Amino acid sequence: MIEVKNINKTFGDRHIVKDVSFKFYQGKTNLIIGESGCGKTTLLKLMVGLHTLDTGEVLYDGKNFPLLDDKGKQEIRTQIGMLFQGGALFDSLTLEENVRFPLDFFTELSLAEKVDRVNYCLERVQLQSKNALYPSELSGGMKKRASLARAIANNPHYLFCDEPNSGLDPKTSIVIDELIQKITQDLNITTVVITHDMNSVMGIGENIMFIHHGENWWTGNKEEILNTNNKELYDFVFASEFIKKVYKNKA
Amino acid sequence: MKPFFHIGRYFMLMFRAFSRPQKISVYWRQILFEINNIGISSLPIIAIISVFMGGIITIQAAFGFNSPWVPLYAVGYTTRESILLEFSPTIVSLILAGKVGSNIASEIGAMRITEQIDALEIMGINSAGYLIFPKIAASLIIFPFLIAISMFLGILGGYFMGVSSGACSSYEYIFGIQAFYEPWKLYYSFTKVLVFAYIITSVSSYFGYYTTGGALEVGKSSTSAVVYSSILILFFSLILTNLFLSH
Repeated sequence: MIEVKNINKTFGDRHIVKDVSFKFYQGKTNLIIGESGCGKTTLLKLMVGLHTLDTGEVLYDGKNFPLLDDKGKQEIRTQIGMLFQGGALFDSLTLEENVRFPLDFFTELSLAEKVDRVNYCLERVQLQSKNALYPSELSGGMKKRASLARAIANNPHYLFCDEPNSGLDPKTSIVIDELIQKITQDLNITTVVITHDMNSVMGIGENIMFIHHGENWWTGNKEEILNTNNKELYDFVFASEFIKKVYKNKA
Repeated sequence: MKPFFHIGRYFMLMFRAFSRPQKISVYWRQILFEINNIGISSLPIIAIISVFMGGIITIQAAFGFNSPWVPLYAVGYTTRESILLEFSPTIVSLILAGKVGSNIASEIGAMRITEQIDALEIMGINSAGYLIFPKIAASLIIFPFLIAISMFLGILGGYFMGVSSGACSSYEYIFGIQAFYEPWKLYYSFTKVLVFAYIITSVSSYFGYYTTGGALEVGKSSTSAVVYSSILILFFSLILTNLFLSH
């Protein structure tokens, strides 16, 4: 489990994350949702240590990450997998080398064992036999899936996904969402997904935090979100006329 | 421009880059990759420039020494001294600052803006160590070889140009390049090369590593890397020349 307590972050005179507290549960897909620019990605970067906190705590199974020494932080980081918005695959490496990268650094496996593990991960994200391709030869959806394969290569305990559906068509988005949910359940890991895609929210939102202007504005799950009377959340959820119509018809 | 901020941040980055490698085998593989990437790939441009510059220096020397009081072997002697002391170590390093420096800054800068450096950090990898140390190590290994090749080709270019243009005979040129030879001058030249190799890779890495923004900023980092590397090369060339050659 990951718990954030009273997190604050300012950049200059802009207060981006305001006293946010939340629990992200193991074995569940935990979603951070909100409008663009509301502070979701900053919150995620604070959680993984890419930004330093002004105040607050980030607890990884009880260990306060910001207070750990370099060795302690590295130990936690080797247990983190992250799917970046743009994939963040290493351009000079093939798909196989990208997925093998954390294994090369942090395991003593033989090359054959590493290749087996790479093939397993690529198969899980339906990219089998694409080992020799370079990132520039992959489509947007394939890049996301490859990034997911790299994120799970070293058996992470925590998986972070920064807008996994951005720039993808609805069908591919669903494939990515289902993959994330299945991996979370199969590996029993703590998964944190940042999104503003309502399809994702309704598909995999087991534990949701809605951020508004940097604050934790609402928490709940995908069933509760449709019946909310929170004005800001309602405006966010029903921003699309299509969703409004679908929900009205369903009701 | 805040000089003390940049100097402080540069040394902090170098401290991280030179911290203990996390996995020697991965670093070693990366050093070999960089030797090819920044070293071997620079060979054609260095070869072409060196041959032509050797020829030009020879013709200019012959033109300047067009007097019965100056022996013709002075053409070979002058070509050797110019190439060994200044052209190959300094001018070729400036060319490498343009080619290799901009390549390093844009490569690391692009990795920064596409979150590849963040990905390394999140995996628990010392990104400065993994990205910068192999480049510095590779340049310290390969640059002296490149400069040695440049010296050889420069003198060879001078020979062909001198003999074919009739500026001097083959015997006079070869006598000239051996005349009054002092081995410590090579020591001076290669000391400069090692210092310049470190400057080019570390300064370019610094500008690339702290790139923020988009493609435009990557271009700016690349330009800054070349400009500051070149200035530092000239500055340290002056200091080292003063240390080695002044009496």
